[in-house]
Amino acid sequence: MTLASFLHQCLIGLTSGGILGLIAVGYTLVYGTVGLIHFAHGDVVMLGGCLAVTLLALAGPLPLEPVAGSLLVMLVALCCGLFCGGLNVLIDRVIYRPLRQAPPLTLLVSAVGVSFILMNVGLLWIGPTDQAFPEAVMTGDRLAAGVWLPTGDLLVLAIVLPAFVGLSVLLRRTGFGRSLRSVAAVARASSRTSGPERFITATFFLGGFLGGLASVAAGIHATTVNYQLGYQTGLYALSAAVLGGIGSVPGAIVGGLLVGLVRAASVALVGPRWAVATVFFMLIVVLAFRPQGLFGRPVAAGRAA
Amino acid sequence: MTAGKLHLSGLLRWLARRWEVPTFGLLALAPWALADAFGGIGGPLTSVLILCIAALGLNVVVGLAGLLHLGIAAFMGIGGLLLAILTVPTNPLEIGFLPALVISILITAAVGSLLAAATLRLRSDSLAVVTLGFGEVVRALLGNLEQITGGMQGLSSVPPPGAGLTLAGIDLGRAFVVDPRWFYFLALACLVAVVLFLRGLERSAVGRGWIAFREDPVAAATVGISTTQVRLSAFAIAAAITGLAGCLSAANLGTTGDPHSYGFGRSVAVLCAVILGGLGSLPGILLGVGILFGLDIVVIPAADAWLQQLQPAASAAGPLTVGSWRLALVGLALIAMMRFRPEGLLPSRRLVTELRESHR
Repeated sequence: MTLASFLHQCLIGLTSGGILGLIAVGYTLVYGTVGLIHFAHGDVVMLGGCLAVTLLALAGPLPLEPVAGSLLVMLVALCCGLFCGGLNVLIDRVIYRPLRQAPPLTLLVSAVGVSFILMNVGLLWIGPTDQAFPEAVMTGDRLAAGVWLPTGDLLVLAIVLPAFVGLSVLLRRTGFGRSLRSVAAVARASSRTSGPERFITATFFLGGFLGGLASVAAGIHATTVNYQLGYQTGLYALSAAVLGGIGSVPGAIVGGLLVGLVRAASVALVGPRWAVATVFFMLIVVLAFRPQGLFGRPVAAGRAA
Repeated sequence: MTAGKLHLSGLLRWLARRWEVPTFGLLALAPWALADAFGGIGGPLTSVLILCIAALGLNVVVGLAGLLHLGIAAFMGIGGLLLAILTVPTNPLEIGFLPALVISILITAAVGSLLAAATLRLRSDSLAVVTLGFGEVVRALLGNLEQITGGMQGLSSVPPPGAGLTLAGIDLGRAFVVDPRWFYFLALACLVAVVLFLRGLERSAVGRGWIAFREDPVAAATVGISTTQVRLSAFAIAAAITGLAGCLSAANLGTTGDPHSYGFGRSVAVLCAVILGGLGSLPGILLGVGILFGLDIVVIPAADAWLQQLQPAASAAGPLTVGSWRLALVGLALIAMMRFRPEGLLPSRRLVTELRESHR
């Protein structure tokens, strides 16, 4: 393997890992405040991708000049973010809120039910086959530091990096973010207590918003959208969140990057059909030695089950 | 009036305690009641019985020990694959159905306890994700190791049970091939055996240990119930029962089939059936599997055929078919159940108290 192709694989790993990290943050935020694995999150992201396809189809003749095209993509990403955030809040209000005090299994099964319904919506929206994700920006690969940077990857980075920076500023520098983190810490310390309702709503919106941004990035990266995207990409993102330590935001991002890199490496070295097995095998091995995940806090004995 | 009511409630109470007799009696009579149609629906009905066995296996982990398991179908795949490896004529082993069945179940149980050993320290939520990942790893292995597993087509020409054996002048191998009722009764006998086994197990020290662990792991540990043993034994026995289901399925279909049928979708479907019927309740689980897979295999195709007759012009995959709304129907049913009857259709009495109390 030459240096150039090695760097190219790294780039693929980092961009897809960044997307997975953004989705994983959605899982981890909700888990932190409500203690629920929001199984339908991947499908919310999938519906964001469907909306992006529809919006780009309405936008007129594509692809556009680089500047106009990038602006269009940003606008669509923002719309998808708002849509997914709103959808997430709606799901929480209608489905999860009446079950706040219910046992975890009841909640999880409801989440699986929501996932099925959203998947069906996606199936009826874009059909059972892969839909091509419209190319909004004219391709002209440019050379940066000896590596070919395809336009698509640049666009993905332009969505993912600001999202990470914005998230970290929000969580660390604003009063709201600090409250959110302390709510999560309290919920973690006292098992099965969820935070105040407005924080829960905010959490679901934030997670959905980031997922919506990620849906556009994922569409650009994979060049297709499929109604089973929630099951495919969603599962990678969920395992990234668990790998990083579910409940920890930096853990979700690092987990996402790690999963992306390992997946890219296994695609390059042993073939794409081994990617799933490699990623989940890594997850099982890491958790066998570090049950709380990379960044998670060790659990007290009482909550070990 | 009163007398009639008394009789009815008495009958219901008798049914709740002695549900096995009428249930299995009806199931045993089904081939005669549906004699003409049995050639057509015998296969699907046998598959539903096999899925009942798998669901009972899952119930050991989720219902009795209270640990969430999202990769149960993988053990069906492992069991079926082992049986196929040990019996197909293209492999040199060819050791016959019964020995192969026993060996397959034992190895599947060992794999189950290995998974439990690797996940001993995980919380329930992480455990769910890791078992899910385990299922995906197994599915990928089944699909990718072509020399051993037959790849995406699976290992085919698995001989029927009793191939080469003769009983009272009947060539058993031929009988299983010619008449689907033979396999139906084999599956039914296995199901009854599993139900009786679980009945006994629930009352044994092991089973009571699982239930105590489910109710409160800390309290269970303080009275000397080993968390490690609970997890290892629950996973091993669940894997063994599910492995049996996988063996039966492979022998019934004559092939291990597409690895995707052992993936996450099947695992979640079995879990949904268990929860729909009533976690921890044996009759509930049979009902849940019957409803969910009966819907999939019998009702939805029938409804679509009926719609097709009404409007012959509509395409088979359009939004006007019931099949294209299947996912949403199942999803809505799950959400409604969790909201209004989280204990399931035929709940186990202990779990009802638990859920009602935690709702308060």
